[in-house]
Amino acid sequence: MNDSSKQVHPQEVRQSEPALTPAVDVIETPEGITLWLDMPGVPKESLQVRVDNDALNIEGSANFAAPPGLEQIYVEQRLTRYRRSFTLSRELDAGRVEASFKDGVLCVKLPRAEAARPRRVEVRMG
Amino acid sequence: MYESLLRFPTDLAGQMDRLQRELERALGVSGVPSSIRANSANAFPSINVAATADTVEVYAMAPGIDPATLDVSIDKGLLSISGTRRGALPENGDKLTVYARERFRGPFKRVVSLPEDADPERVSASYRDGVLHIRVHKRESAKPRRIAVS
Repeated sequence: MNDSSKQVHPQEVRQSEPALTPAVDVIETPEGITLWLDMPGVPKESLQVRVDNDALNIEGSANFAAPPGLEQIYVEQRLTRYRRSFTLSRELDAGRVEASFKDGVLCVKLPRAEAARPRRVEVRMG
Repeated sequence: MYESLLRFPTDLAGQMDRLQRELERALGVSGVPSSIRANSANAFPSINVAATADTVEVYAMAPGIDPATLDVSIDKGLLSISGTRRGALPENGDKLTVYARERFRGPFKRVVSLPEDADPERVSASYRDGVLHIRVHKRESAKPRRIAVS
């Protein structure tokens, strides 16, 4: 926990760097919220998924393995950094966030806290 | 310092950045030459083309695709990349709420014109971390050569 408070400053510096906003799909089921983000070119090592209080911060840097002496001819995606943040709501269980990454697609599962799952209330005869 | 005050729930600043970038890309004012075949700003996949002395390097940002279903071909100096991207969302479900559906889905085809000196016989393609990398070698005769002065 101490580490995260020390990192506040470099994080702010990073925030000012230009970054692409990855496209996202978000769905909600009774189990929780699932999101998918397109982050092509990001190696797993440079991918960061962080939950800070009520925010889910996702960041990553793509490295297009480029041979030396590369001359850009035509560029549609110039930025190699991706960043996107989401504000969580408190019925989600931030402690059980699961993330998986395959072929440049990040999938994050935010389960609902047990107490917040929909449940049927038994009505007893009094 | 007041980051928490500035972070809007919808990440407004980021959205504005994206809008600006897409506008730049659409209008071709970003200082980088744009292609006659980039039909719209959000064409999928995005393509970067670079060159070295020996090769032409094409990078297509196509995340979440089974590489076996990608079709890459070269015809008359045009490199075409096509395939279909399936959506990650479950097709149906009563208990499903969709909040965002920004990611591309469906069939796609992108065409890039290769430089004249590209050799269509020597092409290799690989797919890693969602990026399709196509390397086209240049013709031997087109490589810069140093001529010894005797």
